[in-house]
Amino acid sequence: MAISRRKFLTISSTACLILMAPLKVLAVWSSTAFYSKNLDDAYRNLFDSTELIESYRIKLKVPKIANNKEAVPISVKTSIKNVESISLFVKGNPQPLAATFQIPADTLPELSTRIRLEQASIVTVVIKSDGKLFSKNQEVKLATSSCPG
Amino acid sequence: MNVKAKIKNNVTHVRVLAQHPMETGHRVNIQTGEKIPAKYIQELRCECNDKVVFLAQFGTSVSQDPFLSFSFEGAKKGDSITLRWNDNSGDTEKIEATIK
Repeated sequence: MAISRRKFLTISSTACLILMAPLKVLAVWSSTAFYSKNLDDAYRNLFDSTELIESYRIKLKVPKIANNKEAVPISVKTSIKNVESISLFVKGNPQPLAATFQIPADTLPELSTRIRLEQASIVTVVIKSDGKLFSKNQEVKLATSSCPG
Repeated sequence: MNVKAKIKNNVTHVRVLAQHPMETGHRVNIQTGEKIPAKYIQELRCECNDKVVFLAQFGTSVSQDPFLSFSFEGAKKGDSITLRWNDNSGDTEKIEATIK
């Protein structure tokens, strides 16, 4: 049986859309959370909750006094099990959510990266595990010699 | 994008350095007085053996030329990993590396 061109195009485009759908779900960038202007809005838009449990099982390594505010090294490590995601927040930045990382089952809950600070600020890491949110804060000051811009 | 992946005791350590301006959109060009439009990496993902092992979403607070290091289990020496980022203007870069 010969399939008409029109029918072929309808079927193939539908099939493409169906196949593409799960990929898109994984790739969605949380725009509302990243565009949030204050910390509570960012928590609400990213986790649907602002209830954080302060945890000593999180190790947050970030300098107390940053020499270069354009690149502040930050590392996170935790002994919490079943970590789903790790997110970094800088309270004093225009958009507090700096980055969020999905942690699949085989990946260890530890990472390091470099972030920007607009001003001296509290840096918060939030770890989502079993539906709960664990956090740890640290204040970062800027060295006076830090050159602006 | 520079990628190094090393395996030790069944744990693969990956270090990534991506070349990207990471413009926040808040900066102003001093000579013309115009705002420099935002251009930043939104997503960086790492795949190994057709499985996503790491997915990072970035905002504007990540430094220029983002650096990232992470570790995962379940790979072998000689396996290849694929890293790919895409930014808000639609640019992408993809690179493959072998686990050493």
